[in-house]
Amino acid sequence: MDNNVILSVRDLDVKFSLRGRVLHAIRGISLDVYQGESLAIVGESGSGKSVFTKTFMGLLDANGSITGGSVLYRDQDLARFETEKQWLSIRGKEIAMVMQDPMTALNPLKTIGSQVEEAVLLHRKCTKEAARQAVLDILTDVGIQEAERRCHQYPHEFSGGMRQRVVIAIALACRPKILICDEPTTALDVTIQAQILRLIREMQKKYDLTTIYITHDLGVVANVADRVAVMYAGDIVEIGTCEEIFYDPRHPYTWALLSSLPQLGTRGEELYAIQGTPPNLFYEVHGDAFAPRNPKALKIDFVERPPYFEVSPTHRARTWLLDPRAPKVEPPEQIKLLRKGGGGSHGRTP
Amino acid sequence: MIKYIGKRLLRSLLTLFIIITIVFALLRLMPIEGYFQNFEKMSETQIQVGLQRLGITDPLPVQVARFWQGLLRGDLGVSHKYRVNTPVLDIIAQKVPLSLAIGMASLGIALLLGLPLGILMARSSRSRLKIGDRLGTVFVVIVQAVPAAVYYLIIQFYGTDALGLSMRFRPESPSSWILPVLSLSLGNIAYYAMWLRRYMVDESNKDYVKLARAKGVPGAVISRKHIFRNAFVPLVQFIPTSIILTLMGSLYVESLYSIPGMGGLLVNAIQIQDNTLVQALVLIYASISILGLLTGDILMALLDPRISLNKKAGGR
Repeated sequence: MDNNVILSVRDLDVKFSLRGRVLHAIRGISLDVYQGESLAIVGESGSGKSVFTKTFMGLLDANGSITGGSVLYRDQDLARFETEKQWLSIRGKEIAMVMQDPMTALNPLKTIGSQVEEAVLLHRKCTKEAARQAVLDILTDVGIQEAERRCHQYPHEFSGGMRQRVVIAIALACRPKILICDEPTTALDVTIQAQILRLIREMQKKYDLTTIYITHDLGVVANVADRVAVMYAGDIVEIGTCEEIFYDPRHPYTWALLSSLPQLGTRGEELYAIQGTPPNLFYEVHGDAFAPRNPKALKIDFVERPPYFEVSPTHRARTWLLDPRAPKVEPPEQIKLLRKGGGGSHGRTP
Repeated sequence: MIKYIGKRLLRSLLTLFIIITIVFALLRLMPIEGYFQNFEKMSETQIQVGLQRLGITDPLPVQVARFWQGLLRGDLGVSHKYRVNTPVLDIIAQKVPLSLAIGMASLGIALLLGLPLGILMARSSRSRLKIGDRLGTVFVVIVQAVPAAVYYLIIQFYGTDALGLSMRFRPESPSSWILPVLSLSLGNIAYYAMWLRRYMVDESNKDYVKLARAKGVPGAVISRKHIFRNAFVPLVQFIPTSIILTLMGSLYVESLYSIPGMGGLLVNAIQIQDNTLVQALVLIYASISILGLLTGDILMALLDPRISLNKKAGGR
């Protein structure tokens, strides 16, 4: 991994105001994204994964705002951006996004070609002719055959997988440095999912991209990610390399998340499910946000928010269990099995 | 496309044929007074002779066939009451152009003011204070809720007073067009603004708009190229229908400003039982309505590639 930090988030706070109440969606996240890596952000619905990445592009809904912290990209603090003009220098050009549902992400009344071309013309100064050629090249790149003919077609003439390829083409058309993939395969057939993931990986290599995946599908994570950040209630509770998170997880929430994988269940036994619901972020969270759902929570978990404890230079987790004074709490059986199966991978970097 | 239009035209003609035939047959059930100007003073034999001369005593199918033959030659018969022995086409031809001109002018104004108002409201609905949206909504609600007759009167009363305009309409004086055209367009302005705003708000919440923003398209361009364009498509369907409503609904405005248009003609003809005039007017209104629906559908199909006209199998 190249250790150049391309995007650096520090103590980011995002709040939404909803009907006069304030929802604290992102609670002080710090994260470094390295040039060329693929980082996966996992977490359940409502944990703030999407909101977090939207702050990189200024795409928060009108009632949401960054209330603290910084997002540094190439000496610019994106958290300070105010005007549309500032964002237009970032959106598409530097950071692009692939959205979840390709069925609705394309304008139904415009041809595929014109939608890709719009992106090309926005960010490259070139003639109409050159833009056309660029569109054809990029469509061929993402695996659309007969691009010449298909670029005159409308989205409804494309299948879901093909549309997602077009969405990826649009994202790449602007030659971004960072590609955010917001659940890129959730809306697709299982058979197509692997193809799209492979395509994104190929494109990452070809265009020298840094990719950030947002997903709740741990299968996708295992497939694509160098590093994994586990989000819960608007905070990253554990972050490490893919091996570290899968084979040596330390946070009780990561344990619970992995235990819920159907593949880890034992035949004949009920699948594991995390009890309770995530905290209501309209109220202030005290201590460890996961404590109320954690049957083995410590007393201090309810009182004070744990700091990050370093497990290895690449692996840290926000749990009091890692404090030297903490009692020894064993991870669930399935997790221990994982550890044996995968072999220890402390401190390894991919 | 052409095949589709041809098919729709044929079907429209069939519809028209059925409407006219039914109306024609029903009108034969009306009392026979309607065919004579001085029915009370006529003797029984005079009436019979008169009826025979008009062909009313023939069997119904014969009469229908004769009516259609006349229609194909461009002859819709003569009026018996409204203006005795004047061809009804002449009566209508005098009045149609004026109504058409006023209707079109008001429609033009409605599009010119209604669409920008809708865009303004949609854009302002995303801002913090929503002033434009709120004011626009007040206007729309007032126009929709208050009976047209009330604001027609208010416009006439205050308009003539404040602007020093004439109460009477004279085709050759442009200033006398202002108030009637404004009155007629007000309803359509509110209508277009309301629906355009609604469709634009709908569209602007869709994923492809978010993608366009993520691509880096400036907000103003998204508004124009993506949102407005897509929101306008469903609206297009309404336009021909609203032309018809404007033409037919001008009855009250025409009487307020003494405009010799065709607004009041149908009501008048029915009241005095001038059957041939009624037939002809129904034919005209039915044709305009059918044509309106047809153009609406064709415009939709032209603007929306998802509507496949010829083959049933869509891409979905």
